[in-house]
Amino acid sequence: MRNGQNGATVPTVAFRNVTKRFGEVVAANGLELEIRSGEFLSFLGPSGCGKTTALRMIAGFEQPSEGDVLIDGTRVNELPAYRRPVNMVFQSYALFPHLNVARNVAYGLLQRSPRPPRTEIDRRVAAMLDLVQLRGFENRRIWEMSGGQQQRVALARALINEPKVLLLDEPLAALDRKLRRDMQIELQNLQRRVGITFILVTHDQEEALSMSDRVCIMRDGGIVQQGTPADLYDRPVNRYVADFVGKSNFFAGTVLTARGGGAVIELDGGGTVTAGRTGEGLSLLPGDAVSVAVRPEQIVLARREDALPAGGAATISARVQNRIFLGEHIEYLLRSETLGEFLTLAPRRSELTERPFEAGEAVFAAFSTEAALVLGSE
Amino acid sequence: MRWYASAIYVFLYLPIALIVIYSFNAGRYAMDWQGFSVEWYFKAFANPFAMKALRTSLVVALWTAVLATIIGTLAALGLERVRGWLRQAFDVLIYVAIMVPGVVIGIATLIAFVTVFEVVNPVIFAVFGDAVPRLSMGLPTVIGAHVLFNLAVVILIVRSRLAGLDRSLIEASEDLYATPLGTFRQVVLPLLAPAILASFLLAFTFSFEDFIIAFFVAGPDSTLPIYIFSSIRRGITPEVNAIGTVVLVVSLTLLIAAQFLLRERGPAKRRGDTA
Repeated sequence: MRNGQNGATVPTVAFRNVTKRFGEVVAANGLELEIRSGEFLSFLGPSGCGKTTALRMIAGFEQPSEGDVLIDGTRVNELPAYRRPVNMVFQSYALFPHLNVARNVAYGLLQRSPRPPRTEIDRRVAAMLDLVQLRGFENRRIWEMSGGQQQRVALARALINEPKVLLLDEPLAALDRKLRRDMQIELQNLQRRVGITFILVTHDQEEALSMSDRVCIMRDGGIVQQGTPADLYDRPVNRYVADFVGKSNFFAGTVLTARGGGAVIELDGGGTVTAGRTGEGLSLLPGDAVSVAVRPEQIVLARREDALPAGGAATISARVQNRIFLGEHIEYLLRSETLGEFLTLAPRRSELTERPFEAGEAVFAAFSTEAALVLGSE
Repeated sequence: MRWYASAIYVFLYLPIALIVIYSFNAGRYAMDWQGFSVEWYFKAFANPFAMKALRTSLVVALWTAVLATIIGTLAALGLERVRGWLRQAFDVLIYVAIMVPGVVIGIATLIAFVTVFEVVNPVIFAVFGDAVPRLSMGLPTVIGAHVLFNLAVVILIVRSRLAGLDRSLIEASEDLYATPLGTFRQVVLPLLAPAILASFLLAFTFSFEDFIIAFFVAGPDSTLPIYIFSSIRRGITPEVNAIGTVVLVVSLTLLIAAQFLLRERGPAKRRGDTA
């Protein structure tokens, strides 16, 4: 970590109330963010949420309309991209088609002034290609490489410059599922080995959650919530986050009583739920319209009511609508009189020891008070 | 193929085929076949008037190609940044320059040159007297007129390549510390090179084989097409056919080379999410 003059830790990248407008469109709206040195941070959100704009402002391809972007504590708003100590891996890789692999990787070093000696460049290119396991491909043309190999060339081309920050714009989007998993693990290992700050932009929640130390969930140009993957999953601040990070059931209702972190909710469909937790920053008053969020894997199913664990927030009788086989898990779509349709996820045991529920079967469902999280109705 | 489609091709290409065939005629008269011979090619290359015209044409075509390529490429790069009505105005003018018949360009440039000379020559005479020659029609005027109409060709070719250029390659270069000039030199120019070379060859060809415009503004220097035209008035000989065949072969070769350069190469481009 680098230290400022006052001894406090200076964030490697910081957004100070950054707003970016393209004509009428607000692509980024009052962003406040500090990214620590060595951190792996993801911007996660659907297309058009402003995540790529945020990344491009760090790279220097866009200038903020308002506010400041800081790198290592220095304001860089007007600093052109070619003077910034950051490098980017582009979604399309943007490898130079007229140069071979080695020349692509060496490109950044060749722009240095004074230019490093030939032997030094060769040595570092070789070391980089070793790192991404592409030794022997030096003289290949770009279009002779597979998607995964091009991806690794793009990584090597960026990392050879030893940037303060590596920016990754949906780098795995073009790869097939299996290769994407492998590259996710490779990227994570790489980040730990080189110790460079990684900032990833993605719309794939699984990718963001599995790779990052911290995730910023974005919507309409703003950061909705930032936190560790577990934080976001267990303590979403609103329905948007709960819905975007993993699957969730939402039951609409009205607050009857609120005490401590929990509340008793009268569900719109009838019946009450005792919820153990409330979304951060939400203060409940009796009569407020709310949503109770329950993760599918927190709902337990049984054929008999007395087989359910005691002390649940609610016990619901429901009917199995559909069973979806997911390999190690089974997902059930259920329907109840009071809650409407909802999902549950159960680990799959051998069908020899436990018979799965069939479509049309009447079952009982329950979840604990801790599993029930009260969120705003929006 | 339908018979009338074939007839159109015969009508278009038979005369050209005949010229090529009769350029190998051993006889003295163009359309009187006396057996195979290449002697007229030797005669043509030994003819000082034909050779002077060829040299003139090559000089004109070379200068035209060089100037049109440089100016046209710069114009294409500049126009890339122009937006709105000004851009539309330029686009229209570029297409007009290609659509306008050669004879109109010929007359128009002739009038323009004459008008300019009428203004400039008295000034030159007044300032320098007879020490400096006055401006008149000659190679520079042919080159000027040729550059004018080839400019549009170069702009269109280079610009279409420029439009197909992946923006992220330029950003990647900037991201890797290359200055704007460095990016231009190391990324933009190499990627435009095939289009620039192709437009050079096209400009060369169009200039080399142009008769109409040169006829108006060439002055006393005759280019090869003008020489051929004036020889035909003395009767068509196998020598004219031989010269015509040489022009045809040179033009076709350059056109095919240009076409080859303009082919799309490398992996298919992918468009990214710009969210």
